[in-house]
Amino acid sequence: MSLVARHLEANGIPTVIIGAARDIVEHCGVARFLFVDFPLGNPCGEPDKIAMQRAIFSKSLELLEKAEGPNTTIRAPYDWSRGQGWKDLIFTKEQPFQDANEEREWKEKKVLYRKLKAEGKT
Amino acid sequence: MTHVRYIDRTREYYLSQGYDKPYRWAHFDKTPFTQLKKPLAESRVTLVSTSEIAVRNWDDQRTPLEKGEAANVYNVASDTPVEDLYSQTYDFDKHATTLDDVNTYFPITRMHEAAKAGYIGSVAPTLYGVYNAYSQRKTREIDAPEVLRRCRDEDVDLAILTPV
Repeated sequence: MSLVARHLEANGIPTVIIGAARDIVEHCGVARFLFVDFPLGNPCGEPDKIAMQRAIFSKSLELLEKAEGPNTTIRAPYDWSRGQGWKDLIFTKEQPFQDANEEREWKEKKVLYRKLKAEGKT
Repeated sequence: MTHVRYIDRTREYYLSQGYDKPYRWAHFDKTPFTQLKKPLAESRVTLVSTSEIAVRNWDDQRTPLEKGEAANVYNVASDTPVEDLYSQTYDFDKHATTLDDVNTYFPITRMHEAAKAGYIGSVAPTLYGVYNAYSQRKTREIDAPEVLRRCRDEDVDLAILTPV
């Protein structure tokens, strides 16, 4: 996603990323980044919390307008309402990101991608 | 509370699973930046997301990869009712949350509200999905230029991007 944002910026379209993986986005480097410190999947606010979603969306517009240079990160002023426990176990043996079926599917897709690539289709 | 270091976590996890070649996340020394050319209230805004946003009434629900297609970029009409949208992705924190509320990753309703309230000029007719490619080169050389081309076709002024 950061690569797409960079390409748009380089070609005259201002962008803002609303995202949760701060280290990944900042490692790549983008013009404007609204960091929302939530679990992957809900960067634009918690489910069914419309006022929060509106505030986060407004913040992204504000960032579009006010950023003066590249690599501008703002942290949205919210913490996940059910505590910070979700941060402890992500991507560990106790709580792998993909379960066995998902990992199998992911590997199958990778094989499919390599096959298409070898055939010159991708 | 400090944020999660996904790069370190994934590297450690995959090493522990026997993959010895760590993934190299994209990194650049310089970052491009474009100033706004007109006020927000006069700007046409689009949304681009890697959330695998999908429309329930598509005839074919397979991803481009599953169909054997090279194109990773697809359109979602911005007047699609939010009830008709859902995400096909597995790549989110299933232990902590769900993707049942589309506006938590594809804020289409929030965009229309902002346009109605006059905060932005308009919502572009087309919003975009981009499937995560297995190749950064492909994203840079094929998918990103494709998103740019489609944005230019609709005179888009600003883009909001939501990774999941």
